[in-house]
Amino acid sequence: MPGADPVVPGLNERALAAAGRRERTALAALALPGMAIITVIALLPIVWLFWMSFRNSAGFTLEHYLRLLHPNYLLTLKTTFELSFLVTGICMLLGYPLAYLTAQAGRRAAALLIVLILFPVWTSLLVRCYAWLVLLQRRGLINSWLIDAGIIDAPLRLVHNFTGTAIGMVHIMLPFMVLPLYATMRSISPDYVRAAANLGASPMQAFRQVYLPLSVPGLVAGVIIVFVLCLGFYVTPALLGGGNVMMWSMQIERNVTYHSDWGAASALGVVLLVVALGILWMFGRIVGFDRIVGAK
Amino acid sequence: MLSRPATETQITHGRRLWLYVVVALALVFLVVPSLLVIPLSFSSARYLSFPPPGWSMRWYEAYLGSREWREATVASFVAAGSTTVIATAFGTLAAYSLATARGGLARLIYAAYMLPLIIPAILIAIGTFLLYAQIGLNSTLLGVVLAHTVMALPLVVITVAAGLKSYDMNQELAARSLGASRPIAFLTVTLPQIRIAVASGALLAFITSLDEVVISLFVAGGNWMTLTKRMFNALRDEIDPTIAAISSLLIAVSILLLGASQLLQARQRTSR
Amino acid sequence: MVLAGFIRPDKGQVLFGDRDITLLPPHKRDVGMVFQNYALFPNMTVAGNLAYPLKIRRVRHGEIDQRVRRALDMVQLSGFGDRQIDQLSGGQRQRVAVARAIIFEPRILLMDEPLSALDKKLREQMQIEVRHLHQRLGMTTVYVTHDQREALTMSDRIAVIDRGRLRQIGTPRDVYERPANRFVADFIGESTFLPLEQRDGAFFIGKDRIEAATRPAELGNPLLVLRPEKLQIIAGADGATLQLNRLTGTVREIVYQGESTLLYIATGAGEVAVRRANAGADPALDVGAPVTLAISPADTIVVAAESA
Repeated sequence: MPGADPVVPGLNERALAAAGRRERTALAALALPGMAIITVIALLPIVWLFWMSFRNSAGFTLEHYLRLLHPNYLLTLKTTFELSFLVTGICMLLGYPLAYLTAQAGRRAAALLIVLILFPVWTSLLVRCYAWLVLLQRRGLINSWLIDAGIIDAPLRLVHNFTGTAIGMVHIMLPFMVLPLYATMRSISPDYVRAAANLGASPMQAFRQVYLPLSVPGLVAGVIIVFVLCLGFYVTPALLGGGNVMMWSMQIERNVTYHSDWGAASALGVVLLVVALGILWMFGRIVGFDRIVGAK
Repeated sequence: MLSRPATETQITHGRRLWLYVVVALALVFLVVPSLLVIPLSFSSARYLSFPPPGWSMRWYEAYLGSREWREATVASFVAAGSTTVIATAFGTLAAYSLATARGGLARLIYAAYMLPLIIPAILIAIGTFLLYAQIGLNSTLLGVVLAHTVMALPLVVITVAAGLKSYDMNQELAARSLGASRPIAFLTVTLPQIRIAVASGALLAFITSLDEVVISLFVAGGNWMTLTKRMFNALRDEIDPTIAAISSLLIAVSILLLGASQLLQARQRTSR
Repeated sequence: MVLAGFIRPDKGQVLFGDRDITLLPPHKRDVGMVFQNYALFPNMTVAGNLAYPLKIRRVRHGEIDQRVRRALDMVQLSGFGDRQIDQLSGGQRQRVAVARAIIFEPRILLMDEPLSALDKKLREQMQIEVRHLHQRLGMTTVYVTHDQREALTMSDRIAVIDRGRLRQIGTPRDVYERPANRFVADFIGESTFLPLEQRDGAFFIGKDRIEAATRPAELGNPLLVLRPEKLQIIAGADGATLQLNRLTGTVREIVYQGESTLLYIATGAGEVAVRRANAGADPALDVGAPVTLAISPADTIVVAAESA
């Protein structure tokens, strides 16, 4: 290092700092175009909705929020939460064994299982809804099979109701439960279970006391993703619910398309967003946001 | 076979047969319904029955013969292609920027990029619809593409950022010490090495746009009526096996894209 | 990293000769750099890596080929041009990295711990190769290393830097034999430090007067620096006529290390390490045996103790 050269202290400190700032700014600017699109197209309009939810022709008002206490809306709220809890619960029950076996499978088997789990994710939402309509409707495949087999006489009401909606939503949400679970389980070293067995735990004890607690972060992440996605879900309930299952998001759509009631739609939207972000924030603090957003 | 131990704790396959049954049922539940659509699309009957009473191509002919369906298909693919280009370019730049930047601002920007994944789509849909109504972007290609880009950007950023994480940034320093400016170093050294991540991100962007429903319901229309919007309306009104034909084609596209993405990931693993 | 322009200093200047390059971006500096992990581009072949700086500088095609061939010859990798980077061994990669850093004839060559990723045998072999290459090129080379033995082997001049501060600069011999301060004495080579007392301008340990060849400029609390291999163990009256600094003590521990034996001697002022070459004829010593240590005044170093 040319340590013998004369150094004039402070001579170019400012120039150096400016050059550093220029470089950092240029690098940060690369994130701008995408950021600008997201901000202008998605975020600013939502701020606008927020503002509108507090406005009527007279100015500031809380009437849109007070209206949400109407029994109709409360019923929607109840349906939304019931459906979300139910779907999340079923996804947990199906997803845990699925992720567990996938995590334990050999390389090739695991790759195959992952492809099978990802297949629905890559398949169009509408295609999957259509498939369930075909299977579940009054004269659909399941009913005609059951009648042909003599198990039932009259067709079962499987779709255009709560049941059909729940089935369709589980189908869509299950991969989102499995993927974070699988990622977590893959990182659990088999040594832990070996150690437990070595220390005298029965297989069931080893699972319950060692494996299960270690997999909880993945389970929590999966539950949060599924639950939050369910809360705001629109397409499946709209198609498989057949107008008999009114979800929060459908109430929003209805207020915009049929009533052009932006005040009510905005208020509903703000509540939905606050609830969703609130849940994410709460659990994000527990398991870490990276796990939640990084899972898809 | 059943009596052989399956786990470290010597549980036999036989004793956890129930587990295999549950998992097999879950997999059937996940995969089979969508695949059932394919034989139905070749049915000769108008009503649903499985197996179909006879085979025909009439629903594919119906699909191809309909100007509305053809136009919607073209619109969807044009929108998906444009979305892919914009989202991949901007998303890659953003991921690079976030990988080189440090500190709180970078974390904040990353979080902002993830918002479209977290905010319920219906909310983005009505907000965008409201905005477009003011500036006349509803039912335009630009409007649909920008909205779809919003949804695709987080996925591209996540994928490319993951690619950059396993890439050694020293390579770019080396290129610069050898005389390349930063943009040249990025294009000649960094980009060729993260190309698989970028390609995976592009695939995700394409499928995201092609499958996007909720926002399209609000902002697509007219000449730029997307396939998903037309399908949604058709599904809500009456079920026509033409949809089975379209669905089968979409499933083929999905399988193609999923296969491509799995292939890319396999290549990434072996090239390391 | 500062020299190559990747890190901007908070203040001060970077000069190459008379030219201030403090604000020059990395790609305009003409600094060849060998990275710790080589940072060879896996998306190019060996020849592609070597041609990279020439292509960037828009050198003619024919000339590029010629210079790549010459560079490969120089690092004894002729015929390796079409290999992929992952087909090379660690030592070969290292040579490609050096060739790539010098092919565009930079003004200086920077090497950032270039050998730390290699195993010990290969590292020693490469040290000699790099040194030969350097002699042939005659290019100013800045070599960063944490391995003090490597620094002694490789350098014409060593700069010892501690937390961003230059502590001593000099030839390897200077730095080892005449460390300017306690940090340098401690960092380069093994040393034992014994506190000295200062009376009437002379140094003492207990009653024994210590003659030193050097004395530090500022004498806070002087410390005696003892290199294990410079100490001799002498029997009773041997060499009494010579002007030697003496210390007495007893053997506390003996560690046999193959080519030499390390003895820990407890003296009145503290424990001292002594290295004896296992040349053969030395009398065996046992733990507990009283010994006298001697060191010539020319090898006796005194530094100031540092609070840090």
